[in-house]
Amino acid sequence: MVSRQITVHHSTATSRVALAVSAVVVAILITVPFWAEQRTSRTLVSLLTLIALAQMWNLLAGYAGLVSVGQQGYIGIGAYSLWLLTDVFGVSPFLAVPMTGFFAAAISLPTAGLVFRLKGGYFAIGTWVMAELFRLAVANIPQTGGGSGKTITSVAQMAVTTRMRGTYWLALACAVGAIVVVYALLRARVGLALTAIRDNEPAVESLGVHVFRAKLWAYVVAAFGCGVTGSVIYLNLLRIQPDPSFSIQWTAIMIFIVVIGGVGTIEGPILGALIFFALQETLSQHGSWYLILLGVLAVIITVWFPGGLWGTVVRRWHIHLFPVQRRLLLTGSEEAGVVAESQDA
Amino acid sequence: MTWVNVVIQGVLLGGLYALYATGLSLVFGVMRLVNLAHGDLSIMGAFACLVLVGILDVNPLLSLVLVLPMIFVVGYLLQRLMLNFTLKGDDMRPLLATFGLSVIIQNGLLVGFSADSRGLDAGWIENASLSLGGGLAVGWFPLLTLVVAILVIVLLNSFLTRTRLGRAFRATSDDQEAARLMGIDNRHIYALAMGIALGIVALAGVFMGIRTTFTPGIGPARLIFAFEAVIMGGLGSSWGPWRVASHWAWPRRWASSSRRAGESS
Repeated sequence: MVSRQITVHHSTATSRVALAVSAVVVAILITVPFWAEQRTSRTLVSLLTLIALAQMWNLLAGYAGLVSVGQQGYIGIGAYSLWLLTDVFGVSPFLAVPMTGFFAAAISLPTAGLVFRLKGGYFAIGTWVMAELFRLAVANIPQTGGGSGKTITSVAQMAVTTRMRGTYWLALACAVGAIVVVYALLRARVGLALTAIRDNEPAVESLGVHVFRAKLWAYVVAAFGCGVTGSVIYLNLLRIQPDPSFSIQWTAIMIFIVVIGGVGTIEGPILGALIFFALQETLSQHGSWYLILLGVLAVIITVWFPGGLWGTVVRRWHIHLFPVQRRLLLTGSEEAGVVAESQDA
Repeated sequence: MTWVNVVIQGVLLGGLYALYATGLSLVFGVMRLVNLAHGDLSIMGAFACLVLVGILDVNPLLSLVLVLPMIFVVGYLLQRLMLNFTLKGDDMRPLLATFGLSVIIQNGLLVGFSADSRGLDAGWIENASLSLGGGLAVGWFPLLTLVVAILVIVLLNSFLTRTRLGRAFRATSDDQEAARLMGIDNRHIYALAMGIALGIVALAGVFMGIRTTFTPGIGPARLIFAFEAVIMGGLGSSWGPWRVASHWAWPRRWASSSRRAGESS
């Protein structure tokens, strides 16, 4: 008798190719500032930050089932703590960027204590109220410049090339970091809990999974990510102001990207960001009509194609570029093969 | 006497917030749907009123006779043709769909009416007031708002508890599957609930439009009013939001009266 053993696998042939291709793409992206025009890297900065933000929102909504409409709060905190660290405490801007994430994460902990008491839609509005609270708090502190805001002078005084290159690499680090962190988190134990929570929360809780802790992980990581990405965005924009820095528009963009690309997948937000970016570059001069088009697109996709574009691809061709589901393989037997594959709908 | 005044004004303003909250609460109560476009739909009601007033040259309060049925139909169709499809599965889909709707309405209004702030002119009633003696006065219009709000909530309450259709609403809310087995068409009930909720919310939008000004982008702020009142008063309860709304309105009135700012809240 042949002894049979079941082993757990994540990767597939497609995913190994995808990983190799991604490595090449990232390597090429790293070299961009050396050969491309400054305009190109500026454009790429906004695309890369969009990908990072969308990944964070997707981690919340797509996996932890937390539909937050308040992520702009952490972008604003990222922007303001960048100013605080550089202009007030004199930290070097590029060093300050990763530190801003800790500010956002620290604030997200007590916030989670409040908003996690709310469920579903009320959680959504609760997070929004918290973001408004942050905005009002910042707008009412005279030292931060009140409603008119501040210019981040120490960043503005840097040499343009240094600032542009640094910003570009930080933006790239945000995008790649966001994908890697989400991927790693989902393949770890907490990811299994998160995916299960998304599918059926009461059932998971009754199995003894610590739901609160898993959700808190997602929430704090997303706050960190939005904080860091927010500070990178403001390395580029230079002027912080309560209204635009804490604008709901940021979260609206994240939602559009994730919904269009596909909620609950890692590939979806990347695809969504590319589409969103293409639409933005070609249509944004139409202002309101462009936003109406985005709204219509989001509604159509949510109502009739709930998996988004990538979800449709997965359903038709079963392609997983970044597989987070586990496949059980039989080894040691003659008919070795897949015996089970966890669902990743 | 200031505090008496603050209390009275608070109760009067509370009526308006109660209307916002009632719509949100009804929809949540019947179909567990949180409508993120709630505030924007109320602003849409105010703009519909503005257009009708422009065409027919009537008092905005009179135009409600047309505005409310129109908004009811919009709500019915919105639920029947779109939002009903999002109710299956997780509770994220209705949120995302109504969020998209909110962006569409805001920008649609922006295209149609520009970002200027508008107001509705209801004539003499806006400035007339009833003197209560001792330097206290109550505006006729805030009084009317309160009376209408109470009327709406009483009517809605007796509709839900006394009528056959109201029973169907409650049955669907309690157990959708069982209600369907009893022959209730839940798609129709949901659509009716949305129609009624939007009617109430449009009413609030118009009253707010007479009281102060509005812009296409103000919807989300109105949603937050409604949300605060609903959360504090208890979900799915019809009097709770009103009680809270009036309590909550006091500090707001207090703040604006002590600041003596001209800004109306």
